[in-house]
Amino acid sequence: MSAVREEAAMSSTTTTESSEQPRRSRGVMADGRRRSWVSMIGMVVLCVLWTVPTLGLLVTSFRDRTDASQSGWWTILLNPGNAGFTTDNYRRMFEGTEMGSGFINSLVVAIPATVIPIMFAAFAAYAFTFMDFRGKDILFISIVAVMVVPIQVAFQPMLNLLGPRGLDVLNQYFAVWLLHTGFGMPLAIYTLRNYMTTLPKTVIESAKIDGATHFQTFWKLIVPMSVPALAAFAILQFLWVWNDLLIAKLFLGSTENSTVIVELQGLIGTAGLGTELLTAGAFVSMVLPMVVFFALQRFFVRGLTSGAVKG
Amino acid sequence: MASVTFEKAQRWFPGADKPTVPGINLEIQDGEFMVLVGPSGCGKSTTLRMLAGLEEINDGKIFIGDRDITNVAPKDRDIAMVFQNYALYPHMTVADNMAFALKMAKVPTDERKKRVADAAKILGLEEFLERKPKALSGGQRQRVAMGRAIVRNPQVFCMDEPLSNLDAKMRVQTRTDIAKLQADLGVTTVYVTHDQVEAMTMGDRVAVMKLGELMQVDTPLNLYDHPVNLFVAGFIGSPQMNLMEAHAKDGQAQIGEYLVPVDPTASKKMQGNITVGVRPEAWRLVSENDGGMPVDVTVVEELGADGFVYGTSGVEGTPSNIIVRVTGRDHVRKGQTIYVTTDPKSVHVFDTDSGERLSD
Repeated sequence: MSAVREEAAMSSTTTTESSEQPRRSRGVMADGRRRSWVSMIGMVVLCVLWTVPTLGLLVTSFRDRTDASQSGWWTILLNPGNAGFTTDNYRRMFEGTEMGSGFINSLVVAIPATVIPIMFAAFAAYAFTFMDFRGKDILFISIVAVMVVPIQVAFQPMLNLLGPRGLDVLNQYFAVWLLHTGFGMPLAIYTLRNYMTTLPKTVIESAKIDGATHFQTFWKLIVPMSVPALAAFAILQFLWVWNDLLIAKLFLGSTENSTVIVELQGLIGTAGLGTELLTAGAFVSMVLPMVVFFALQRFFVRGLTSGAVKG
Repeated sequence: MASVTFEKAQRWFPGADKPTVPGINLEIQDGEFMVLVGPSGCGKSTTLRMLAGLEEINDGKIFIGDRDITNVAPKDRDIAMVFQNYALYPHMTVADNMAFALKMAKVPTDERKKRVADAAKILGLEEFLERKPKALSGGQRQRVAMGRAIVRNPQVFCMDEPLSNLDAKMRVQTRTDIAKLQADLGVTTVYVTHDQVEAMTMGDRVAVMKLGELMQVDTPLNLYDHPVNLFVAGFIGSPQMNLMEAHAKDGQAQIGEYLVPVDPTASKKMQGNITVGVRPEAWRLVSENDGGMPVDVTVVEELGADGFVYGTSGVEGTPSNIIVRVTGRDHVRKGQTIYVTTDPKSVHVFDTDSGERLSD
C-alpha cells in the first residue's frame, strides 16, 4: 500500500497549501467585494432609527408619571438629574397587575406552540422530500394552498369545536397550542421541504445503503443538516406566537391563563389609572423576543440565505 | 466475495416512453473489476443503481452469488457504494462517517473502532480521523468515501464515477490507487465511468454501453483490437480511431480512388457500403511514390514521446480530421503534406448500415 501512502502524504501537503486563506487586503470584505462607505453609513443610520424608539420606551418606563408627561425621554441626556428616575413602575406592574403571571403563561404557550409545529413539519417535510407515496404532490399542493386561508375564517368553527359543545378546552393552553400548530404548520412544511430539497440526495441514498432507517436518517442526518432552516423557522414561529393577540384573546381570554400580550392590552383599557405602567409592561413583553432573537440571530441570518448558494 | 449476475434486469422510469435499461445480461466474476462505460445517458449509472438497490428493478433479476437480491433492501444486499460527489455526512467527523454503517448495523464499539482504524491506515487517513469533511481536500474526501465502503467489508463495491470530481493529476494517481486497492482486497467491483481511459486502465473487463444496451463486454485490449461494432470502435481509444466510408470492390476496400487492402475474413464478407477504421498509430508514413494517401497537416500535437498529426485528405469518404500518430522525432510540420498507408491486419472493417464488424 505504499503507493496509497505516498499519495496521502502528497495530498496532505496540498491541503495545507489550499487551506491557507488568501491574504485579505484592507477595505475588502470576506466575499471579495469592496467595502462601501455609503452602505456602512446607511446601515448605521438605519440601526439608530430602529433602536431609538426602543431606547425611548426603556427610558420612559423608568420615569415618574408626571415627569414623563411633562418632558420627553431625552431629558435623561440633557438634564439627567431632573428626569424623575424611578423603578416604581416595574414594582407596581408586577405587584398590582397580572403581567408577571402573563409572562409565564406566554412562555407556556409559546414554547410548545413553537416546538410542536416544527417537529411535525420537519417529519412531514422529510416525507415530502425523500419518500415516495401515492398522492404526494396533491397533498403537498393542498397544504400550500391552505396557507392562503385567513385565520379569521376559521374562528367561528374553531370556537365551536374547542368550546363547550366540542372538545371543551376553551381557555386552556391546549386550545392555543392546537391553533398555533395548525396555522403554523403549512408555512413550516413548505419552507422546510424547500430547504430539504437543496440537501444532496446522494447523502440520503448513502444512508439508505449504510442501513439507516427513515427514522435514523431523519434524526442523525436530516435534522443536523437542517439546523439553519429549523432555527430560522423556530425564531419566526416563536416571535409570532409570543406577539399574538388575536388567538390568545379569543381562545384563552382574560382568564388566569392569559398571555403577556393580552395583559398588556388590558393595561391600555385602564389607561386612565396607569399609563406609566404601560411602558414598563411593553418593555417586559419585549425582553424575551429580543433575547431569543439575539441568541439565535446567527442561525436566522444564515437560515435565510442558506440554500440560496450551494455551500 | 461473490459474483454478480444481471438476468434481463430492466429499469423503466415511470412516465418514460421507453425503458432506460431494457434488459441487461451481465455476469461479473468473483473478485473481478468490471467497468461500465458509455456516453452520458447510456444507462450505466442506472444499471449500477439497480445493483445497489437505489433503483427499482421492473423486470428480470439480479443475483449476488447465488442470492437473488432483486427485491432485497439496499442495506441487506451486502454492498457498498462510492458516489460521484462522495456523499459524505457533512456534520460528522471522518471517523464517524466511516463508522456510520457499522453503527447502523449495531457492530460493537471496539470492533467498529478497529475496523475504522484499519481502513484509515490502508488509505492514509489516520491523521484526518477527527476532521470534518469540510476541512479536507477533494482527494482526501474521495478517500473517506472509499474508506466508508471498505469498513463495511462488503461483497460488492459499487462506484459511480468516483474520480470525476478530482483534478486531472489527482485522478490519474487515485485511478491506480483504487485499482491496486481492489486487487489487494479482492472485492468484486462494479465501476461506472464515462471516461474510456479510466475504463481501459482500471478494468479487468470493460462493458461498453449505449442506450441501455451492452455493446461489448471484454478485456480492455480485446475492446481495442477487436471492437465488435462501429460504436465501440469510435468510443474506445484516444485519440479516436479514423473511420472512413468506403465501398467493397474485389475483396478490397475503396476509399475515393485509393484501394485499401483488408484481412481475408473481411474481404470475403464485405459488400456494398462499408466503413474502414484505422487506429492513429496504425498509419505508416510513406513517400508519395509508394501510393500513400495524402494528408494535409493542419495541427501537430507534439507530446515528446510521440506526436499526433491532425489533417485533411480531401479524399472522398474520409472524415474532416484524420489523426496520425508519429514518433516524437518525425518532425511533421503544419502545412506539410504527408502520405500514409497501413497494413491489412490493422484495418478494421465494419458494415456501414448495421455497424457490425466484418474483419476477424
